[in-house]
Amino acid sequence: MMFLRELAQNFREFISAVGDSSLFLLRLLGHVPRAFMRPRLVIEQLYNTGALSLVIIMICGLFIGMVIGLQGYDVLQRFGAEDSLGVGAALGLLKELGPVVTALLFAGRAGTSLAAEIGLMRATDQLAAMQMMAVDPMLRVATPRFIGGVLAMPLLTVIFIAIGLFGVQLVAVQQLGVESASFWSQMRSSVGLDDVMEGVIKSCVFGMACSLIAVHEGYTAVATAEGVGRATTRTVVVSAVLILILDYMLTALML
Amino acid sequence: MRATRTIEMSTGLFVLLGFAALFFLVTQITNRELSADGSGYEVEARFENVGSLKVGAAVSMAGVTVGRVKSIKFDQSVYKAVVKMRINSSYDKIPSDSDASIMTSGLLGGQYVGITAGGAEEYLKQGSQIALVQDALVLENLINQLAASFSKKGADDSSTAAPPKPEEKK
Repeated sequence: MMFLRELAQNFREFISAVGDSSLFLLRLLGHVPRAFMRPRLVIEQLYNTGALSLVIIMICGLFIGMVIGLQGYDVLQRFGAEDSLGVGAALGLLKELGPVVTALLFAGRAGTSLAAEIGLMRATDQLAAMQMMAVDPMLRVATPRFIGGVLAMPLLTVIFIAIGLFGVQLVAVQQLGVESASFWSQMRSSVGLDDVMEGVIKSCVFGMACSLIAVHEGYTAVATAEGVGRATTRTVVVSAVLILILDYMLTALML
Repeated sequence: MRATRTIEMSTGLFVLLGFAALFFLVTQITNRELSADGSGYEVEARFENVGSLKVGAAVSMAGVTVGRVKSIKFDQSVYKAVVKMRINSSYDKIPSDSDASIMTSGLLGGQYVGITAGGAEEYLKQGSQIALVQDALVLENLINQLAASFSKKGADDSSTAAPPKPEEKK
């Protein structure tokens, strides 16, 4: 009996959290034009979320590409279709692995950093102090971070995909002996601009989702040390689930 | 306080790197024809049946892609399909009596238009029409033809074996 009551309670909390996040998103979007009048803040946040994530994105991209090359070659070799490795790797990276893995890494690195930073500002009353000085914390703190995340995500995704393809090429052509000419020409003839656009659109949507969740969790964190910690964990969990759900919906929409 | 100069430099480099990666993806791994689509001349051909030919299918001669199918429409006055193709402008010496046939790439592949060169001295140019065409093979017609030839062969055998005597049949 208690279990059912808890379930209903959780369900109600979930619905109100969804509503809260949506209203928060609308407020953020409303502040975007004015936030651009302070470009320094936006650039600093773009640096924090994007440039500082570059190292992890590039390393992971390289290794994912190399694994795809290795596994793909092994599987395709059973059907004598090694020349299709380029096509499969490019399409897989462009449409699915690139956006999703980059978003998950972003949520883990930049998302937690955003949530922790804003949560700590909430816990040490900095946000309240700002409000008392008639400085709008939404404008000064939340919106630049949100914009920084949204702008950084597509850039990180395409860098991830490009380095991933380099990794595939490294393993397949250099190491396993797939013909370089057929590798690239097969890829060129089967991959179109709409596949690239699909990946970029997905990364933009994921960017908005991850940044929104991170900023919202930090902004509405309970003002204790435990609350900040919980906000950080929830950022990663909720981001991951939302990314994968959105991924399915976007794929179904764009196919 | 971090040095603002470092932040701006790093962010700038990051954004440039992102655009370079996007540029690489768009130009290096997508099909090249997208960039040079404006040039070329248009020819058309009329078919009784285009099968499953699609817009954007290749037009090839001797196995080399020389153009793309630009549009497929139905002409109600002659009840034929009108296929407009854009041929790359570098292939401007295709004889005007060449024939166009709809072929299938491999056993299960997509269909494309194959042009076999003729022998005329005039060449195809913008707006020319390819007169000699061969329609797509429709599997059902082939099977009907096969079945008809089998039954015809059976009828021939029975007629040569025993010529019917009209008196006996009554």
